[in-house]
Amino acid sequence: MSKIKPLPSWDVLTKHDVFPEANHDEVARLNFLTHLNVHLSSSILPGVKTAYEKKVEPTLVNKLGRKPNTRHEVREAMLENSYFQMWSALRRNTMEMRQQVGRAQVLRQIEDLVEKVEALNKGAKTLVLDDSVKIPTNVGIVDIHCQPGCYYTEYFENDVTVAASYDLGLFVTTAGLLGTLSDGGGQAVGQWLKANKPHYTPKRILDIGCTIGHNAVPLAQAFPDAEVIAIDVARPSLRYAHARAKSLGVDNITFMQADAENLSHFENESFDLITTAMFWHESSNISMPNILKNINRLLKKGGLTLHLEQPQYDGMGVYEQFIRDWDTYFNNEPFWGPMHDKDLKALFDECGFNSNDMFEVGVVSSVDEKIFGKRETDEPGEDYGRAPVWNAFGLWKENK
Amino acid sequence: MTDINKLNLAGTKAKGKRPYFLADKQTEQVMSVTMALAMELSVARERMASIECLLENKGILQRSEIDDFQPCAKEVKRRSVATQEYLARILRIIQQDSEEQAAEDELSVEEAQRELTKY
Repeated sequence: MSKIKPLPSWDVLTKHDVFPEANHDEVARLNFLTHLNVHLSSSILPGVKTAYEKKVEPTLVNKLGRKPNTRHEVREAMLENSYFQMWSALRRNTMEMRQQVGRAQVLRQIEDLVEKVEALNKGAKTLVLDDSVKIPTNVGIVDIHCQPGCYYTEYFENDVTVAASYDLGLFVTTAGLLGTLSDGGGQAVGQWLKANKPHYTPKRILDIGCTIGHNAVPLAQAFPDAEVIAIDVARPSLRYAHARAKSLGVDNITFMQADAENLSHFENESFDLITTAMFWHESSNISMPNILKNINRLLKKGGLTLHLEQPQYDGMGVYEQFIRDWDTYFNNEPFWGPMHDKDLKALFDECGFNSNDMFEVGVVSSVDEKIFGKRETDEPGEDYGRAPVWNAFGLWKENK
Repeated sequence: MTDINKLNLAGTKAKGKRPYFLADKQTEQVMSVTMALAMELSVARERMASIECLLENKGILQRSEIDDFQPCAKEVKRRSVATQEYLARILRIIQQDSEEQAAEDELSVEEAQRELTKY
């Protein structure tokens, strides 16, 4: 009999100065939802695969006279399966509960939070908001990952509700794997660069689609002499991000409201490093090449552009594609599937890069000891076997 | 500063038509309510655990006293009654369905209305 391993409590998160406070019952709610997410993925989700293999696939083979060859055929058939229906209903509902819980917690203290954010942001030249920036279609068409108000809605002047709720909820969906500041993605990029290019010191860094700056902050800390510019279209997120970074003692990031499709205010070849983290799946067929062309224009020769994403679907079996694609249809991520179908090399070529320079690499964030404790020496294998792993792709721009 | 309805805003929907997965929408809505109640029960249990911790820390009782607690005969009876009332309360709909199956000649309100509006 294997022992039941306790999961970390939400309360281990680092409480930076603008992090929403949580009382006893709020912590209990967030912990319940974290446990529910883990239960759904570790105890209930495996049965979805069984349902597919034992029931749905044979029926489908009978009907089609062949194995299904797209994830869409799999999805249509699975939507009729009662086990998949139940798992999906529970998963969708858990996402929605997480939103309600986070928002209720933030809203009861929103006046205090706004005051703290304003005090930290007052007079700062490193927060640049621009009223003329419009919300692009790919951001505004639905509320991404079922987050009411998305990243950008302001319910009153100087509001940060959506950003604070986003910050406190990242733990719930990842069960702490992103670390005490939910910054595992940015940490992983910094660590990967130090390990693979130990002498690389970018002077000017652009982070696109920064939201609350949780991945820009570790980059700014990894390169403290660099000037980091983190852009987003979402005002509440930028306000919160700036105050959050400041409270963490990070002063070398300018948070700027800008649309990545229109970056004419930046000069050609003015950045050494251009990054995104889990950004492209929230773009669109139109914006993705536009933004890549901008990156090509802004990146210095010899510079690096690096993007954290989930892996592309190419080469995956139809079931894995289908299950990874759940978020596309059922968690308001309409471009998730189409993005993961893209031929990235062709796209980079189309946008002026030389795809021969491209690389893809698995980037791993070390599991945070502050959350999971020091690993016991006799504990076999990876930490919980659930290390946060991303597929990073990018290229070093030709230096000629 | 904030002229907003916090209660409604906390639970507002995300933009984009919601998919439903179960055979009918109401079933899924009932499941949603049930899961929210499951969460609140979990919260109440944690609160109870906290109270036990505090009582123990203050030297008022040992937690083992709760685990080993033997209610007296009067308390056992009181609890049995309370448990029966509780079960009857939460399973009321099943009881009523059972009564309806047994009662063969009941009219619906529409039928009753037709009956009552006859000349």
